[in-house]
Amino acid sequence: MPKAKVNGVEVEFENGMTVLQVAELAGEEIPRFCYHERLSIAGNCRMCLVEVRPGPPKPQASCALPAADGQEIVTNSAMVKKAREGVMEFLLINHPLDCPICDQGGECDLQDQAMGYGRDATRFEENKRAVEEKHMGPLIKTVMTRCIQCTRCVRFVTEVAGAPELGMISRGENAEITTYLNSAVTSELSANVIDLCPVGALTSRPYAFNARPWELTKTSSIDVMDALGSAIRVDARGAAVLRVLPRTNDAVNEAWISDKTRYACDGLARQRLDRPLLRKGGKLTAISWNEALAEAARRLKATQPDRIGVIAGDLQDAESLKAAKDLFTGLGVSSLDGRPDGLVLGHGPRESWLFNPTLEGLEQADMVVLIGAHPKIEAAVLNARLRRLWLSGRTRFGAIGAPVDHGFGVEQLGEGGAALEALAAGKGDFAKALAKAERPVFILGQGALTRPDSAAVLAAAAKAAARIKLVREGWNGWAVLHTAAARVGALDLGFVPGPGGKAAAEILAKDGADLVFLLGVDEIELGETDAFVIYMGSHGDRGAHRADLILPGAAYTEKPGLYVNTEGRVQRGERAVFPKGEAKEDWTIFRALSAVLGAPLPYDDLDALRARLFADCPSFGRIDHAPGAVPAPLDLSGLGEPGPIADSPFVSPITAFHLTNPICRASVTMAECAGLVASAKMAAE
Amino acid sequence: MSARRLAKVQPASFAFSPEALEKAHWWIAKFPAGRQQSAVIPLLWLVEKQEGWVPEPALRVVAQMLDMPVIRVLEIATFYTMFHLEPVGAVAHVQVCGTTPCMLRGSNELMAMLKSRIGPKDQLSADGRFSWEEVECMGACANAPMVAIRDAYYEDLDPTSLGALLDAFARGETPPAGSAIGRRGAAPEGGETVLTDPSLFDGSRAKPIKTLPNAPPKAAKAPAAAG
Repeated sequence: MPKAKVNGVEVEFENGMTVLQVAELAGEEIPRFCYHERLSIAGNCRMCLVEVRPGPPKPQASCALPAADGQEIVTNSAMVKKAREGVMEFLLINHPLDCPICDQGGECDLQDQAMGYGRDATRFEENKRAVEEKHMGPLIKTVMTRCIQCTRCVRFVTEVAGAPELGMISRGENAEITTYLNSAVTSELSANVIDLCPVGALTSRPYAFNARPWELTKTSSIDVMDALGSAIRVDARGAAVLRVLPRTNDAVNEAWISDKTRYACDGLARQRLDRPLLRKGGKLTAISWNEALAEAARRLKATQPDRIGVIAGDLQDAESLKAAKDLFTGLGVSSLDGRPDGLVLGHGPRESWLFNPTLEGLEQADMVVLIGAHPKIEAAVLNARLRRLWLSGRTRFGAIGAPVDHGFGVEQLGEGGAALEALAAGKGDFAKALAKAERPVFILGQGALTRPDSAAVLAAAAKAAARIKLVREGWNGWAVLHTAAARVGALDLGFVPGPGGKAAAEILAKDGADLVFLLGVDEIELGETDAFVIYMGSHGDRGAHRADLILPGAAYTEKPGLYVNTEGRVQRGERAVFPKGEAKEDWTIFRALSAVLGAPLPYDDLDALRARLFADCPSFGRIDHAPGAVPAPLDLSGLGEPGPIADSPFVSPITAFHLTNPICRASVTMAECAGLVASAKMAAE
Repeated sequence: MSARRLAKVQPASFAFSPEALEKAHWWIAKFPAGRQQSAVIPLLWLVEKQEGWVPEPALRVVAQMLDMPVIRVLEIATFYTMFHLEPVGAVAHVQVCGTTPCMLRGSNELMAMLKSRIGPKDQLSADGRFSWEEVECMGACANAPMVAIRDAYYEDLDPTSLGALLDAFARGETPPAGSAIGRRGAAPEGGETVLTDPSLFDGSRAKPIKTLPNAPPKAAKAPAAAG
């Protein structure tokens, strides 16, 4: 490997690295504004100047300079410092001194680096430039006078988000960043430009003037808005979650999160269930916890176990699912279902419902077929990865499903069952290429797996997979893309109907059960059932609306919990704030209810519960491990039941990206975004 | 022309004329498939030629023709100063060079005259027939000061001759391009001042050349290779 000297210290580096990266290898921090490791190199801020020998006797922009063997890099000489001070002086010429009223204050790259390289006074006597306000939609607040033209935002929306809507217009001193005629940015990942902006030009609109970064309690946690389990940081002040930011996790979300993940947090303060409620004479009335638990216990005791149904929703943590399963199977209930959407997977090998190639492993894929999947709205961050794959030109994409905008080039193979059967029969140009692929991937979406005929869809997909040896030595390309954060956890726990048990739709059918217990189930029609409905959850949404007894639970920021993402990766969310009002962490409600029922669950604290969980389901014990990292064999032959497939197109169950769960439906910001999308759709039609 | 912004008043739509459309497709065909975006500047120039300026609907038309994001077209249209983003004089748009050689030879006087006759720079005259702007060097420094109107250079101007030019345009004529004082190209004013001796050109002063300066040296006398 080539070697270079950084400030006299020799380091080895890989060919193709830049001087800046080599200096970082040596532990030197190089100031920068425009350079970002996940974006293309622009080299226009000039802050990363270093001295390089051999070379011209002048400072060089290290971000855009390839490192060479035997190079001597100096980052701390007087010349370098002077050069950077010069750059900083130019950057500050037109930058307003409004840090005290700027939301970026305290976490601003320019502010921080001005500490190191700024002059104490200005020598500039001309007029400062002012830039007209820009509009970029409900999420991004702009103060473009603060912009230093690093173009990170332009590169992000063009390269990563795949929505080239931002640009730098005009030239020289008059250059400005804008959208076309001040239209809103439409990408699902748009708000990441706020994190990328090194100054206060693009800041968060919903969070504007809410708090200073040093006032916030920062908690590392896991997102539940989709099934990816993006790494997030929850920033709270007192009892209020003020914002959600991404954490870097290369295996899952890289450095990005979707707008929903970021901005649904204002829904955590609205529509909350903060005390137990009982329906008396058609009206929900507040009662005490003792009364609520007694009522629940009385109802449970009075009902035959085979007339009790338990359904778990999309946002549940594994602990509450485990406690619910232990409690209700202890009562003899077998009608448990963690798949309110009617997913056909859940029995058979664990690999059958996982995203086996892993998100990171997708990089090796050479052909990808999206079967009823629409990652752009089902897992927006994954879409950035797929798009990068497509941009690299190494991967060919095909899709079976209703024609939708994927944000990258996808060959439309058909819309429904016929296309899938053709693929299984190896007909067509794409299927022939697929047979020769070395690392093929089938991404199976909920649009294909939650239909009435999904068992047949699954069988056809499995047949197609078997034909091309989707699962082979060292590779498992069977990738189920879930949309709910709780789904894989529920399936891993076996939260599915036992022998003689009923599935969610049967439980909720007329006369399907006498007592229905809903764990945060809001995405399913509840009008049919005539049972007594106990709802446990955090938000007053569809489930609470129908409920006869409400047990207020905690939202994902209010409880420590394990979540299993679509890869089968178990991740730990942490508590950032306490549950609202009298609400309790979900598993403690089951523990208390079990005591009232006279058969206490054998765990008194979270550690004991987790120990029990790990003992019963060892897969939960491996935190942050994606099982697909070591490709496991998977027998596809047993999946589904061959049968006729209706030729209606596979349509994603997500109709509105911003409104997929009770938290975002309670969010004002999400409502605004959804309204914008809906009106754009109407205008297009 | 510093701040380059789209005009406030815009037409509702834009369409290429059949000839311009044909030319546009000729440009697009010059680039390989998938690289049609390279034709964006020629296409915008066709718009400029057809309309006299680049209206906003044209940006969308060009973006659609080239299958590229409209913001990229806007970036280009606002970057290059030869694209006018606002309507210019219908009869003549005068581009006055204000760079040093022209300035030394009197472009300031030209601009003062234009200001009094047409109005402030970068704005349409009251009747909408004329406009003028200051531009950077157009490479005709030997004939300074100069202006460009439509596709032609008018050189060696002073306020009077420029006024006469504008009068001619106002009458609907197109005055011949070139020097206003009768110079041929960049030839010296008032005829040649050097190399005037006719004997220079009739061959009478030619002498035979002994050796050409770059001729290879004559064959070496001593066998140098032996050393």
